[in-house]
Amino acid sequence: MASVPMHQGLLLAGILFALGLTGLLVRRNVIFMLMSLEVMLNAAGLAFVVAGSRWGQADGQIVFLFILSMAAAEVSVGLALVLQIYRRFKTLDADAVSEMRG
Amino acid sequence: MEVVFYIAAIVAIASTVLAITRLNAVHALLYLIVSLLSVAVVFYVIGAPFIAALEVIVYAGAIMVLFVFVVMMLNLGKAATDREREWQRPGMWVGPSILAAILIAEVAYLVASPGTAVYGSAVIEPKQVGIVLFGPYLIGVELASMLLLGALVGAYHLGRHTPEKTES
Repeated sequence: MASVPMHQGLLLAGILFALGLTGLLVRRNVIFMLMSLEVMLNAAGLAFVVAGSRWGQADGQIVFLFILSMAAAEVSVGLALVLQIYRRFKTLDADAVSEMRG
Repeated sequence: MEVVFYIAAIVAIASTVLAITRLNAVHALLYLIVSLLSVAVVFYVIGAPFIAALEVIVYAGAIMVLFVFVVMMLNLGKAATDREREWQRPGMWVGPSILAAILIAEVAYLVASPGTAVYGSAVIEPKQVGIVLFGPYLIGVELASMLLLGALVGAYHLGRHTPEKTES
């Protein structure tokens, strides 16, 4: 009796993930790149919750909890790195920090 | 219920597009918060109220507050007053406010008309999530706590302000 098919939710997750990936590739400001990473992690969690809700299991929500804690850890370390980059280079441009020629 | 899902999905996509195309970090953060709130509405509609609450509290609350703090710390210095004046010009809050008003209307509609989840009739309650979380996934909880401890120590170490002279 699913009135909205599952692939609609997965399509939304895919669109959000693609938007986050586009932002990550296009923007050169480190803060915007971190924000795009947040969008991508959120979209991945949305796909898990949609699948778990479709089958009536709680496992999808638990995986979202793990993704949530991982995103919190990632963003705290990332923002501390942003502070260090700004102190050392006086800029937030990701290309200006490529000392390793990566 | 389907209409609520589609409207929330459209609001999520629109606010994400606006967030990744803004030039100003604070404006982008406003749209990103609206995007996370709309995804929380989607979670509520598809039968995950616990996850919807966590999305609002942790993502739109804690993580976005971290972003706002860092953006504010980085903008100290020259020309900060002019920049503040430019940010506070009227009109910039209209876009996020309209999108947030749509979400508020959706939540009011959902509260006024309690229905079932979109996918079948199964709303997965927080009790069910907790039983599974501290049953088969207990080792995952322990690993997540160790990850958060590592992130805490790492963020403290990286964010510490050390003078340049003491480093050799």
